Amino acid sequence: MKHVLVTTGLEKTYDSDGVPVAALRGVDLAVAEGEFVSVMGPSGCGKSTLLHLLGGLDRPSQGEVHLDGRRVDQLSEAAWAILRRRQVGFVFQFFNLIANLTVADNVELPGLLAGQSPREARGRRRELLADLGIEEVAGSVPSRISGGQQQRVALARALVNHPAVLLADEPTGNLDTQSTREVLELLRGHHERGQTIVLVTHDARVASAADRVIHMRDGLISEETRLSGERDPAALASQLVRLEV
Amino acid sequence: MKFPILAMLASSPAHGYELKRELEQHFGAALPPLNTGQIYTALGRLERDGFVVAEGVAQDNRPNKRVYRLTDDGRAALEDWVAQPTPATRLRDEFFMKLVLAGRGGIADPRALIERQRGEYLQSLRDLDRLQAGANGDPAQSLLIEGAALHLEADLKWLSLCEERLLTAEVSP
Repeated sequence: MKHVLVTTGLEKTYDSDGVPVAALRGVDLAVAEGEFVSVMGPSGCGKSTLLHLLGGLDRPSQGEVHLDGRRVDQLSEAAWAILRRRQVGFVFQFFNLIANLTVADNVELPGLLAGQSPREARGRRRELLADLGIEEVAGSVPSRISGGQQQRVALARALVNHPAVLLADEPTGNLDTQSTREVLELLRGHHERGQTIVLVTHDARVASAADRVIHMRDGLISEETRLSGERDPAALASQLVRLEV
Repeated sequence: MKFPILAMLASSPAHGYELKRELEQHFGAALPPLNTGQIYTALGRLERDGFVVAEGVAQDNRPNKRVYRLTDDGRAALEDWVAQPTPATRLRDEFFMKLVLAGRGGIADPRALIERQRGEYLQSLRDLDRLQAGANGDPAQSLLIEGAALHLEADLKWLSLCEERLLTAEVSP
């Protein structure tokens, strides 16, 4: 099985007013191609730090990160900027769209930066916005559309360059129940079409869409659950949601 | 089965098969598969207890149809049932037993029990999402699935609390 992301002995220590604080204390993680992994754990367990190290938004103190077979933890910021454009898609809790660009331009920009022709970028943008059901807001600026729509735009932007891995940091943390469900449905759809996803969340229901749920505690992976889609629906229905008469 | 049948009969008299059909209409897939025999057994008991009375209605070329009607006692029993608040859903006390006793007796590692239980709940949440996709908008089942998911989310929170209080603080209950 090919692994898209591998970390070995990953450590991160922050300096807090001269006092070293360990956010990660040796994380070994291997994410297979096409796998959907959720990371859960209490606040301060290191889950967001882990995601940031995976996407090169921060550098480890110790250990290695390999992306698509290549060691990346020692790359320069400039090299990471290129890598993030082409191989890593990011989705954040607060969308982080460019406020004075239209939805269409927000989605096309990373494609253009990665070297797509304007025609290609436009084609890919149309395809993604249609797929995510937000074609009608292509000409709007982010502040004019709902949170759920903004997150879908952010998702389109993250997917525009066919990244090897999609990293999502609490992508539903700022959404209502209905939008959470829609965004989750879209993530699930892209996962079914082969997208590798690593998602950090404190929402168990969101986490349970993954193939594997990892729990972190005190900067370490403390447990791991593989979820299956195989259980018999009829038996489940009688066990979980049957009225008694 | 007793009270749902009384509730069905409160609006109008009906025969056994009509009751089955009406229950199925209200609760859809949330209802376990019913057979008409169960309904007639329950009706027989209700008749014996004086909560319903049956009248034979003649049918062409077929045996008489028995139509059931609610009695005053039946209505009183029904009203009493509806008026009582329903007790809250029971907590997973069997797991709590395992957790406390296994830790105390050195039978198993409580942390491993919590991990396994959390895995079970997460898997159940996943299963519910699949059931929801298969519910095809059946409103009764869909609402029950949401209810079950909310309960599971609470179970997961409670599990974290057990972990914090029992394991991190090293305090026995």
